[in-house]
Amino acid sequence: MEQPLQGRPVGDRLGDDRLGEVGQVGVAISSLEDMETLMHGIPMDQVSTSMTINGPAPILLAFYIACGENQGLDPQALRGTVQNDILKEYQAQHAWLVPAEPALRMICDVMAYCADRVPQWNTISISGYHIREAGSTAAQELAFTLANGMEYVRRGVAAGLDVDRFASRLSFFFDSHIDFFEEIAKFRAARRIWARKMRDDFGAQDPRSWMVRFHTQTAGVSLTAQQPENNIVRTAFEALAAVLGGTQSLHTNSMDETLSLPTEKAVKIALRTQQVIAEETGAASVADPLAGSYLVEAETNRLEAEAERYFEEIERRGGVVPCIDAGWIQREIHNSAVAYQKALEAGTKRIVGVNSFVEEGGGKPEIELHRIDPAVEAEQHARLAALRKRRDNARAARELEAIGEACRDGSNLLERFVSAAHAYCTLGEIAQVLRTEFGEYREPKIL
Amino acid sequence: MAERKIRVLVAKPGLDGHDRGAKTVASALRDRGMEVIYTGLHQTPEMIAEVATQEDVDVVGLSILSGAHMALFPRIRAALEARGMGEVLLTGGGIIPAEDMAELESKGYTRLFGPGTSTADIATWIEEEMARRRATERAEA
Repeated sequence: MEQPLQGRPVGDRLGDDRLGEVGQVGVAISSLEDMETLMHGIPMDQVSTSMTINGPAPILLAFYIACGENQGLDPQALRGTVQNDILKEYQAQHAWLVPAEPALRMICDVMAYCADRVPQWNTISISGYHIREAGSTAAQELAFTLANGMEYVRRGVAAGLDVDRFASRLSFFFDSHIDFFEEIAKFRAARRIWARKMRDDFGAQDPRSWMVRFHTQTAGVSLTAQQPENNIVRTAFEALAAVLGGTQSLHTNSMDETLSLPTEKAVKIALRTQQVIAEETGAASVADPLAGSYLVEAETNRLEAEAERYFEEIERRGGVVPCIDAGWIQREIHNSAVAYQKALEAGTKRIVGVNSFVEEGGGKPEIELHRIDPAVEAEQHARLAALRKRRDNARAARELEAIGEACRDGSNLLERFVSAAHAYCTLGEIAQVLRTEFGEYREPKIL
Repeated sequence: MAERKIRVLVAKPGLDGHDRGAKTVASALRDRGMEVIYTGLHQTPEMIAEVATQEDVDVVGLSILSGAHMALFPRIRAALEARGMGEVLLTGGGIIPAEDMAELESKGYTRLFGPGTSTADIATWIEEEMARRRATERAEA
């Protein structure tokens, strides 16, 4: 079986089809064939597609481009986003394919290829969300996310790309946590810092290169398993903070996500929460409505200053990649997670239903749960086996060899991936070539 | 004779990268005076059982937030039994629905802990369970 998030093929220690993970953490797209099934009947020049994928993002993007070509479309017409933010994977979310340096090279390949051929594609969504969910403070989320963003820009420039040719295609993704004004200030601070760095440090001329275009998701970690209906209220406040902070797009979590994948009903309430904000409250009608508020301005200044201190410290430690290799960023996040848990258990931080206003029996929910049929794993396995029988295996093998060569000679890997996608090479096969050529990433021990 | 410190293996099976809970619990158990080994990410059931055996642990705690708990708990239990470690206190937590938790608990995975659990409660439960087991062993000896 091929594990979608990390492209683990048959025979790999983690490619075992009895691990029960397929279908639990996203749609399994193992080859161009699965992408064709997913996009069947959807005119790809008329939609924008967002793929929350990181380590294998260049491969998934190749499947998408190849799928569009098979619909008869020029890649110029394709619009969408891949998360493709590998630095925060090492720091927080932990879904990687290969070590940082080759992963960063592939990201530069994506930026270069898309600047030429898929100009409407958002090539990286630089993500603070996972850093925050892993336990960081608001200031750390801001600092590490923007430090990662600056690292991508530095790499792009070092690869010979003109900053204004790719910077406007970078977008951001933040968490919106429960501390209302701090979150609004965080979004404002992000805009100030990024504009200054891009203009002054990187010399970007195009105002679009200075912009922080960002998506926001409400904080999964703020949800409680106790009295879960209260999560609707938490999510609404967090969503409002994101809107007041100027987010371009928004995901609201469902009330039951501390228990399982969400049900249809819970998802609909989460969607309606956004629609109430958009249609009824008027909060979305003015840009930066809290500018000038003494509290919000002071918080914005504080977060900006804290982020600047982190940038200096990262610089002193040799940059983002050395900080990851030493486990320093991971340890900073872990220490904040432990401090948060201690505050919770000491009662200095209060959460309704967890350590205050607790109900007998834990306030256990009587809500319906969404279940994934375990049979989907075997079905995906069978689909892949059938594909391998049907395709031109000699052609697929040649494509895989060509990827290996490109790894060594430095030519654009996304170009090779698109070609391999057309030959129906699978995600697991391509990822295996990358692991063979570039080695596996070993996480530093921080505990 | 002073009893040896409780030895705990905190483990992350499968591809699930959500390690905030595992590391927070590991730190808290260490603060309570237990000897804690953390496997790191991406462990197979066999790797976990192997470390548990080599480190001669009393407790194995699994952290699973991927939804794959119904597949993983039985496989790790079997891998432990295959190495003569069937007696180890197997526990865990994560995003595990109440009915799955009840089913796993009824199959002998002792107690499982869901979101919002205080780390102090986990530590206390492990201490009490180990004290009970050690008392039983002494009585039998």
